[in-house]
Amino acid sequence: MHIKICAEVFDPWQEIQLHQHSAQNLAGKFGATSVFIGTMRDFNGGDDVKGMTLEHYPGMTEKQLGKIVAEALQQWPIINALVVHRVGDILPNEPIVLVAVWTSHRGDAFDASRYIMEALKSRAPFWKKERLQSQAERWLVKNTDGYL
Amino acid sequence: MSIKVRYFASLKESIGRSEDYLEFAGIATVADVWGCANPNKALPDNSLAAVNMDYVELNSAVKDGDEVAFFPPVTGG
Repeated sequence: MHIKICAEVFDPWQEIQLHQHSAQNLAGKFGATSVFIGTMRDFNGGDDVKGMTLEHYPGMTEKQLGKIVAEALQQWPIINALVVHRVGDILPNEPIVLVAVWTSHRGDAFDASRYIMEALKSRAPFWKKERLQSQAERWLVKNTDGYL
Repeated sequence: MSIKVRYFASLKESIGRSEDYLEFAGIATVADVWGCANPNKALPDNSLAAVNMDYVELNSAVKDGDEVAFFPPVTGG
């Protein structure tokens, strides 16, 4: 299991490949990999967005993500998991978050990755501040419930 | 009692500080920490609180050496 907070642009596909190759317990053992990648859009709420800053609470972020992955491990037979989240100044088209889960069978991979992602959205202490084309800045107020 | 208080995101901007260090007797709960550090400002209704990087309710107890944090709803992912 690996959790990483990234201050620079990251390539989610390279992260997956590196993790899959370096993990000792995966070779020959996994049948399913579920991948979620969240990417920054250039629009939100009807406005053109030119960038954003992602603030986080160092330490608490890693602690909460660790708890979330541990909860998923108790509910599904996960062989391995990778969570990468960006912080700092972000531009449209750059990845914000990566959740990848390796399991024996697809149902567990889908369900566990969804659980980790939804829990991250509601509990991991990150905050987005958007910079609009109009030069205005605004904090996002609340994440929506992904199950609705 | 010594408490480190931290603020994040829009709450940090609205109070104009990222942290406080409290050295007061008589602080029993997380709500007391806010009141002591910000006597003239109510904690916004939707705020979240953490003690030592775990989520807590405002009536949770605090002890000497704790790090208490206040912040708005999270918006990562």
